[in-house]
Amino acid sequence: MKYITEFRNKDDVQKLAKAIGTYNGRPVQYMEVCGGHTMSIQRFGIPSMLPESIRLISGPGCPVCVTSTGFIDQAIALSRQTDTIIATYGDLIRVPGSNSSLENERGKGADIRIVLSSLAAIQMAIDNQDKKVIFLGIGFETTAPATAVAIQEAHRQSLENFYVLSAHKIMPPAMDSLLSGDINLDGFIAPGHVSAITGSKIYEPLVEKYQTPVVISGFEPLDILYSVWMLINQTQNNTPGVEIQYKRVVNEGGNTKALELMDEIFEPEDDWWRGLGVLPNSGLGIRTQYRAHDAKQWLPKNMELPKEPVGCICGDILKGLRSPSECRLFGKACHPGNPVGACMVSNEGACQAYYLYGNG
Amino acid sequence: MCLSIPGKVLAIRGDKADVSIQGNLVEVSLQLVEDVKVNDYVLVHVGFALEKINDSEATEMLKVLKELKNFT
Ligand code: SF4
Repeated sequence: MKYITEFRNKDDVQKLAKAIGTYNGRPVQYMEVCGGHTMSIQRFGIPSMLPESIRLISGPGCPVCVTSTGFIDQAIALSRQTDTIIATYGDLIRVPGSNSSLENERGKGADIRIVLSSLAAIQMAIDNQDKKVIFLGIGFETTAPATAVAIQEAHRQSLENFYVLSAHKIMPPAMDSLLSGDINLDGFIAPGHVSAITGSKIYEPLVEKYQTPVVISGFEPLDILYSVWMLINQTQNNTPGVEIQYKRVVNEGGNTKALELMDEIFEPEDDWWRGLGVLPNSGLGIRTQYRAHDAKQWLPKNMELPKEPVGCICGDILKGLRSPSECRLFGKACHPGNPVGACMVSNEGACQAYYLYGNG
Repeated sequence: MCLSIPGKVLAIRGDKADVSIQGNLVEVSLQLVEDVKVNDYVLVHVGFALEKINDSEATEMLKVLKELKNFT
């Protein structure tokens, strides 16, 4: 598998880990923002390859994990309306809402269908003109362009029965919020696929403001280890900046075509993140010109306030303040077969990653 | 959600491509990328090609890794 196998080469991994092991500077704590990184780090056993003085903690970059319970409640409310099909990525289906989940509702007869792409939801709208098709838009800058394409398509084809309920979010406000909070961070392993779209430049204001090193990393073991190496170098030489390790995919300016399309369809709005609360301009709402495709118009008035699962500390885990093993429910009441909180549902969630790879 | 996988472009029809991902043939939208050609590798996410993979940068990274020295 090109671009995968060679970045997992055992000898090179060992050699790099050994080189990192010679680090004798002050103890440091780096956060991997992206849930995909958390998964790789646990899966390949990266923490055990690092000296004790280098600690990796997981962050808020798991879209399903940060999505609000209120959003799930809204999706459920919409799924109960007549002549409605909910189209969703599979990741959301088991996330607990206040009183139910989409999976539950489907069991009770709601028409909830899993799609692998937003374009499949468009096709669904074409094939079911007598129904509303509501696509649940979640994800960061990586995934938002795909939703933007679908809205543009619907607009172009005058598909009046296609709607999006958007919970899309952007990463920099979350990173800013963490750095301004009470957690000690010596640097970020920044998300590779978010950055493929945005380019590396979006992190520059953060570095300027907080002098925190940022390295944009790929997802294979050699990528992650080399990113750690780059971070240590920035720390030791006191040269905080934005560096790209994942140059085979990421450049400074990003994917202009995708960025322009996102800007055409979405506008920044305040959004709620699990653990971080409401962050100004951190969400992507649908612009007024495309309002006809915004599923918000179908939301019932006076929805009840959402309830978070009792005992779940997913919010603190997303902030890097606590680790899954500090949750009383971890591996007991809460496991992938019976997830209590969103961090156990998603395969990018820290709780699931720690559970699967035995690092609780 | 942000999981994206490299695949090789085998054929292009308008704004769609047949991409081979780990031995599976998948139809991928090219609406988010420009100048993709047959035999290029692209990063695929939720049915879309997100970016072309830059082969010389991949080679360069592997070379840097081979030449790495310890901290002294
Ligand atoms: S183990 Fe389950 S209940 Fe505990 S924080 Fe993680 S998701 Fe929440």
